[in-house]
Amino acid sequence: MTVVFEKPKALTDAVLHYCPGCTHGIVHRLVAEAIDELGIEGRTIGIAPVGCAVMAYDYFACDMIEASHGRAPAVATGVKRSMPENIVFTYQGDGDLASIGLCETVSTAARGENITIIFINNAIYGMTGGQMAPTSLLGQVTQTSPYGRDPKTQGYPINICELLSSLDAPAYLERVTVNSVAHVRQAKKAIKKAFQNQVEGKGFSLVEVLSACPTNWGMTPQKALEWIDEKMIPRYPLGVYRDKED
Amino acid sequence: MQEKVLMKGNEAIAEAAILAGCRHYFGYPITPQTEVAAYMAKRMPKIGGTFLQAESEIAAINMVYGVASTGKRAMTSSSSPGISLKTEGISYLAGADLPALIVNVQRGGPGLGGIQPSQSDYFLATRGPGHGDFHVLVFAPSSVQEMADLTSLAFDLAEKYRMPAMLLADGTMGQMMEPVVLPEPTELTREKPWAVTGTKCAREHNIINSLYLSPQELERLNIERFERYKTIEATETRWESFMMDDAEICIVSCGITARVSRNAIVEARKQGIKVGMIRPITLWPFPEKPLLEAAEKVKAFVCVELNMGQMIQDVELAIKCRKPVSLCSRVGGMIPSPEEVLAAIKQANE
Repeated sequence: MTVVFEKPKALTDAVLHYCPGCTHGIVHRLVAEAIDELGIEGRTIGIAPVGCAVMAYDYFACDMIEASHGRAPAVATGVKRSMPENIVFTYQGDGDLASIGLCETVSTAARGENITIIFINNAIYGMTGGQMAPTSLLGQVTQTSPYGRDPKTQGYPINICELLSSLDAPAYLERVTVNSVAHVRQAKKAIKKAFQNQVEGKGFSLVEVLSACPTNWGMTPQKALEWIDEKMIPRYPLGVYRDKED
Repeated sequence: MQEKVLMKGNEAIAEAAILAGCRHYFGYPITPQTEVAAYMAKRMPKIGGTFLQAESEIAAINMVYGVASTGKRAMTSSSSPGISLKTEGISYLAGADLPALIVNVQRGGPGLGGIQPSQSDYFLATRGPGHGDFHVLVFAPSSVQEMADLTSLAFDLAEKYRMPAMLLADGTMGQMMEPVVLPEPTELTREKPWAVTGTKCAREHNIINSLYLSPQELERLNIERFERYKTIEATETRWESFMMDDAEICIVSCGITARVSRNAIVEARKQGIKVGMIRPITLWPFPEKPLLEAAEKVKAFVCVELNMGQMIQDVELAIKCRKPVSLCSRVGGMIPSPEEVLAAIKQANE
């Protein structure tokens, strides 16, 4: 008998708490596969956010830290400065990284800390039940934008990759999604590269993953994946925004 | 034995921290503590340490949280408004049982307040600086020598009890220069099996965390933490008694106001008034026992502080309101003169 598909070693056996159709599970797996393939599990330290992925510390088999809301890049900075030989990554959502923690995100990128950030952008606050995020689309209906996000009073979405690409220091910025097999493959490549860069000491790497939140979008999982194509990608174009190898 | 050197209080903190094995400092400029950062910026790169000027007080305390998670000694320093920003991070340190040193060189408040000395963060420091049920060890230096000695002690006790420690100085202590004998270098030997250093695929993963969704578990952890606090209260309370043997009036004061009070006590004694002082060195745990014992002997207490009356509440609780306690205080950056303290002593003696 041949094993053709197995759970990455960098994931624990804990049962994920994510909703049906949520794409956090896929991204967790891609991160774990990258860690396995690079053989870095034993020296990796991960930092979980506040948000839906708060319990990521139970899911990744490497050493883990749970940070306060938005501060994961600052915590990662401390860890990396203390343990420069270790591989340090944060896993953060849009409220965490692009709203309350935007200052830490920009400053850590500007310093070019040699860390890896996996940024889940699903255009909504999931954990608290579906409020407007800094990345919510114009017109998007959420609990706190019940008439649709109105730019006159609620401003415009923040495009993190574009914002960070105005800085000198970041080594690698790419936006991907996981709503199809082809996109998952591309996301895997990007995530692995973001870790590989750190192993090679290239500096700050961030991968933004457009993700689905069927529960709070009020859609079926299938419809949610289509919504990424129809609504999110036009606002958040996929692609490489910085690659110092270029 | 280290030789005697002339140092500013803020610099004594920084050098003592380095001698205590701290190699990671994160801070943000704010008066009147900026010399700590400036000193670290010069020294750390030369000894292979980290000095990082963070983007904010909030980021600085979270960088400390990161280093502390790896089991190494880390510190930040600030002054009152900056400490307000750090309280979230301090609560997380306490919740995750992480050791760290936070220096607060206090200035007048509230709000932006002023830049002159104050002790108005007494409540903030001693009641648990942040959300949730917790304490931090709080040390109140009264000389540049103590700025150095208590920095060293704070690192040791923070590590021993796995909790944050705060050095609660005031602007005068930070800015004044005095001769100081720096502590001997600390040898770091404590094992930290809880630290995140990478599993090396040889053990279960360590998790640094303060989230517990089970109320039963969270209650148990809070109770366990307070059991540890009881041990600390019983064994780590520090104070200094000054001329208390025959005292009929007891001054209670810390930091710069304890220095002023000493002068007032000497003058009062010349005038035949039997007055002494109990100077708390740890503000949490608070020296309740010597105060309660003093309450059996003296007729009144005078609390001298740079706030509208904060430590006075702890004095009243400690002595179970058995004797009158009066307040002698100045605020806003003003410091009472020895004459003002003497007048308060005389009034209490009537």
